[in-house]
Amino acid sequence: MAKSDVKLIGAWASPFVMRPRIALNIKSVEYEFLEEILGSKSQLLLESNPVHKKIPVLIHGGKPICESLVIVEYIDEVWSPGPAILPSDPHDRALARFWAAYLDEKWFPAMRNIVTAKDEEARKALMDQVGEGLVLLEGAFSKCSKGKGFFGGDQIGYLDIAFGSFLGWLRALEKMNGVKLMDETKTPGLLKWADSFSSHPAVKDVFPETEKLVEFAKVLAKFKATLPK
Amino acid sequence: MASDQVTLLDLWASPFGMRVRLALAEKGVKYEYSEQDLMNKGALLLQMNPVHKKIPVLVHNGKPVCESLIIVQYIDEVWKDKAPFLPSDPYQRAQSRFWADFVDKKIYDFGRKIWMEKGEDQEAAKKGFIDSLKLLEGELGDKPYFGGETIGYVDIALVPFYTWFYAYETIGNFSIEAECPKLIGYCKRCLKKETVSKSLEDPKKVYDFVVMLRKKYGIE
Repeated sequence: MAKSDVKLIGAWASPFVMRPRIALNIKSVEYEFLEEILGSKSQLLLESNPVHKKIPVLIHGGKPICESLVIVEYIDEVWSPGPAILPSDPHDRALARFWAAYLDEKWFPAMRNIVTAKDEEARKALMDQVGEGLVLLEGAFSKCSKGKGFFGGDQIGYLDIAFGSFLGWLRALEKMNGVKLMDETKTPGLLKWADSFSSHPAVKDVFPETEKLVEFAKVLAKFKATLPK
Repeated sequence: MASDQVTLLDLWASPFGMRVRLALAEKGVKYEYSEQDLMNKGALLLQMNPVHKKIPVLVHNGKPVCESLIIVQYIDEVWKDKAPFLPSDPYQRAQSRFWADFVDKKIYDFGRKIWMEKGEDQEAAKKGFIDSLKLLEGELGDKPYFGGETIGYVDIALVPFYTWFYAYETIGNFSIEAECPKLIGYCKRCLKKETVSKSLEDPKKVYDFVVMLRKKYGIE
């Protein structure tokens, strides 16, 4: 399949964009990465995702697919001779999807709101929420990994991708706030998993450096301050 | 699968619960319906959904599945020999997942604001709600159902909300049919199917339920 057949509109710092990139890497699919600039949306993005106008968007043979986890399932189904991303058992699939939804709807919004928390009390409350969520995810890891190194077992899978894409920002947040949210006492399994995940061949080239994210967080804060309320 | 034990923990008025009832009806799956008291949550619900403590929960041979659309996909994958909810083409499947996700993100939240808010906030919710329905009308096009000739994943995700439209209209003082006649026509077409009509609740009863909720939350 020619590289130009597969395009991904995204941005290096976005955890949601990282998800399809990892999925494409797992399937050894070459693609053209089209980087969006903060503050402006390209014509291609607006045409490919008129409903949400958000990244990532996968464009395959000219046809757009939107929403990061929808894209990951699409990649898994299209390039199907290739390591499987979703588990094969329906209950395991439901569990992986459940935790991915939990991450997107509850855990990540709490983490993201830490940066804009109105005071120390609010920030602490959110950090506690994130920490409690990590303890839940430690339990999920024990259950899903079945003693192996990843949520997907021997190989990284859907939930590894869904959760792992947030690790860069988690580490940046820990650094910016001088805290450890993932630690050896409460989340030993996740700590080990995080190392394995970030150094995995399908992940390491698209995993953002903590320092770069810390710098970018400042740029992002300045940019958001210019937006109308 | 004669030995399957299927139980649905649910609340009669929940559109999310109705999605699962519809999915089970489409597949012809026999199950035990267990009405839950959300003011006084039972041990089984707390055990089966400790993270969210919400309905619906499908319990299949003792193992729980939570989150309505995840349950619907699970039902489709387990009882795969009948009435597939998703198309076979991966691109069409991705489109179905996208639009079901759109229903989740827009219809419930705007709808909830219509019956919970007032003034400007309610007006903004009404506008968002209608705009979202119009986008769905565009996606439906000339097809009888979002799934094409038969009911599919997006239909299952959306049509239960029709039972809440009367409540939204009465409380919000507007006509959804006037703005989105095509969508209402579609909903009525769905209701002609027995699986749909027996899985969805009476809109007037739902309205009474919403009135009760508003009193309880002190909204007036």
